[in-house]
Amino acid sequence: MSDTTLLDRAGKVGCSDHTILKERGQREVFCGLTGIVWLHRKIQDAFFLVVGSRTCAHLIQSAAGVMIFAEPRFATAIVEERDLAGMADLNDELDRVVARLLERRPEIRLLFLVGSCPSEVIKLDLQRAAERLSGQFQSRVRVLSYSGSGIETTFTEGEDACLAALVPELPQTADDRPHLLVVGALADLVEDQFRRLFDDIGIADVDFLPPRRSRDLPAIGSGTCVLLAQPFLTDTARALERRGCTRLAAPFPLGIEGTSGWLRAAAEAFGITLATVDRATAGPRARAAQALDRYRADLEGKRVFFFPDSQLEIPLARFLSRELGVELIEVATPYLHRAHMAEELALLPSSTRLVEGQDVDRQLDRCTDAQPDLTVCGLGLANPLEALGLTTKWSIELLFTPLQGFEQAGDLAELFARPLHRKTRLRV
Amino acid sequence: MQLTVWTYEGPPHIGAMRVATAMTGLHYVLHAPQGDTYADLLFTMIERREARPPVTYTTFQARDLGTDTAELFQNAVRDAHARYEPEAMIVGASCTAELIQDDPGGLAQSLELPVPIVPLELPAYQKKENWGAAETLYRLVRAFAPAADTVKPEAGRAPSCNILGPTALGFRHRDDVREIKRLLKQMGIAVNVIAPLGARPSDLARLPAARFNVVLYPEVAGIAVRWLERAHGQPATTVVPIGVGATRAFIAEVAALAGIEPRADLEQSCGHGHLPWYSRSVDSTYLTGKRVFVFGDATHAMAAARVARDELALEVVGLGTYSREYAREVRALAEEFGVEALITDDYLDVEDRITILQPELVLGTQMERHTAKRLGIPCAVISAPVHVQDFPARYAPQMGFEGANVLFDTWVHPLMMGLEEHLLGMFREDFEFHDAAGPSHLGKGRAAAPAPEAAITEVPAADGSPHWSAEAERELRKIPFFVRPKARRNTERFAADHGVPEITVETLYEAKAHFGR
Ligand code: SF4
Repeated sequence: MSDTTLLDRAGKVGCSDHTILKERGQREVFCGLTGIVWLHRKIQDAFFLVVGSRTCAHLIQSAAGVMIFAEPRFATAIVEERDLAGMADLNDELDRVVARLLERRPEIRLLFLVGSCPSEVIKLDLQRAAERLSGQFQSRVRVLSYSGSGIETTFTEGEDACLAALVPELPQTADDRPHLLVVGALADLVEDQFRRLFDDIGIADVDFLPPRRSRDLPAIGSGTCVLLAQPFLTDTARALERRGCTRLAAPFPLGIEGTSGWLRAAAEAFGITLATVDRATAGPRARAAQALDRYRADLEGKRVFFFPDSQLEIPLARFLSRELGVELIEVATPYLHRAHMAEELALLPSSTRLVEGQDVDRQLDRCTDAQPDLTVCGLGLANPLEALGLTTKWSIELLFTPLQGFEQAGDLAELFARPLHRKTRLRV
Repeated sequence: MQLTVWTYEGPPHIGAMRVATAMTGLHYVLHAPQGDTYADLLFTMIERREARPPVTYTTFQARDLGTDTAELFQNAVRDAHARYEPEAMIVGASCTAELIQDDPGGLAQSLELPVPIVPLELPAYQKKENWGAAETLYRLVRAFAPAADTVKPEAGRAPSCNILGPTALGFRHRDDVREIKRLLKQMGIAVNVIAPLGARPSDLARLPAARFNVVLYPEVAGIAVRWLERAHGQPATTVVPIGVGATRAFIAEVAALAGIEPRADLEQSCGHGHLPWYSRSVDSTYLTGKRVFVFGDATHAMAAARVARDELALEVVGLGTYSREYAREVRALAEEFGVEALITDDYLDVEDRITILQPELVLGTQMERHTAKRLGIPCAVISAPVHVQDFPARYAPQMGFEGANVLFDTWVHPLMMGLEEHLLGMFREDFEFHDAAGPSHLGKGRAAAPAPEAAITEVPAADGSPHWSAEAERELRKIPFFVRPKARRNTERFAADHGVPEITVETLYEAKAHFGR
């Protein structure tokens, strides 16, 4: 089956005007600070300083676990009673903390001051602080700010805020020659694979945001075509568009179909024929199809339920339903960006129950009523659902594992197949 | 403003969650933004609890601020009550909600729900997790066992006590309770109420019926116990039964409080206290005077220091705690040990101290485990903050005689065994005795990373420390890696004290003779 038929069939099966249930109640998701856990590894000379409370420090520590104990490039400046009582000027305190930090970590070139709920509520102006500190550490360290607070950002929206803060820093291109900018943190391995694929397709001028080192910030201009690698980059895309870049409408590069559609969108913008893309990707696609075959038996016909978490839910659900024959019971997402998600929604079976937002108690009721074969949920819910006899896949792993692209399609399927497979093996 | 990467304790509302999650029939409504729900994973992933903590978070957002966060809170309380039908509720604010000053207590009371509501004031910018747990338990005890309704102990019945302090997410609390219950039963003492672990709010009303309180974790039970003493005249134990000596002292204390004579055969009837004999067994000789650094919460750190000195004949070279509330007690004990107490909640301070002291064993928390691993020093974990590994599937208490057995095993296990240590010392040239080789019984994968050392050619002297001759440096390398840092340090100190500008092989052995071992 060629990609064209896939897309044709999509027109008939899919439906972009799904009814969407909006829920508002208790949410069970991380805040945007969590993004620091992967971002601080991606940009190797950047440091993330959260200005927040002990809770914020505890959140990152708990989400990160011990896997990154080796000198992490993040820390929390914990606001204390005396800071609030005005006994210490908060800005002076912040300057002191930053100076101490930079003294200890001379290799840091880019410092993010990351806002939290407490810093937002007390209206500590981190943007001004960043400007002040940038002036102070001129030419040595660039200081930027963004908010990862839970009152404004949900989980992956922290990465969006971080990348959006980088956009004004990107230099202007000298001309408006077409140039491709892939946006969203990807595993280095995946990035390298994509770079090779773009090269094979005939797009040589490709940059990635975020870059691995802050001095390699890509230049952008009116010739820049933005290809989003992650579905949660609303503000970043808007900031890039404001600087004259064009966002390419595309599905997200998860699974064979998503990756093909994603690459095709880029090719189309560069006037490259689809036949060229198909030729360049034939090998990887065949490999991916073969890899997926191994897991189809485990997943086909299985009923899957998504709790809202990373905004990856819709592309993942599309992949599972169309490439592995999974039946979708409910697909919930913390926030649904209709324009960015248009290509994805068109591919989703029209019977899918889509939910935006969350009321965790009600959703748990629906989930236990539906008795899905597999539930994709956050860390706090997984074991309680397992204890009720359900099988779960915890979603944070989906952010920490290289999953995009053809070569990872099999790994992505395996991630969902493993809990099911495990259940059939256990005899206790 | 405090700069931190890893913290020993969470914010105080985590302490309240530990109490609420330990109990049944109690629900906690926490005014907090969505990210604070991460706390659930501590209980469901680290402790592997099968149910969600009984906590409703209001998860207010920026758009709610200044408009209807109060109403949001009230709705959350009302819904939680309807859904979970708790016997009682606690309500409070997390760090962010504290700033918006919605008065959760007043808002909840005004709903006039048919269950008791206990408001919590946990200042998030001043206090931390253990204090939060202690304050929560105290508020609950006060609310459910008010001073006026003293329930008098029934005459003629077996003397009874309460066991106070165990919580959810506690370091081996579950197993400690089982061990201590068994011990009390052997002594013929009835257990009236265990709280918070497993208690219902209504059980707290029965607390005053016991003759005295057994305090397992002063960090959690301290405030409540002092109040019970004042309000209900209930005395409490002061010895925490970690280690053989402390368990014996605990038995004596309990017997006195219960007004009974402990059975002479109690220790035998409690089964299998192997520590005293194992420690006397000749194979343990190699433990003698091994230098140990101890850090943890106050209760576990102080107990570990005593056990290390008195029951394993180790040399305690450093003692510290992150429990500032117990700084005085820890300082006093450190003085008794002739060491300087380290009172800090900055893990880097602890790391610095360990680096300077170069102990041969670290007894600490998961943080010190990482530090020790990096420095190539054996380590055993003795205290919270907890990690999934601190909830072993097997029975592994820290308290009582069985707890002492566990301490012996877990502390001795990371060390090089006696004869192996000798062989390593004698045959340094054996190619399999390279620096990265860990104790053979721990398997290859566990090999400790050797502490980074300067190559033989580049001899650091810039910091004013004496210069090492290449030959002396080579000789030093023949000393097994686990004692090498100490040898290096001792030699440098000897050279500095004696004004020796260059360390030769001669100096090395002079220093060895000077310091011994
Ligand atoms: S939700 Fe707010 S207060 Fe809580 S951890 Fe996130 S930023 Fe900090």
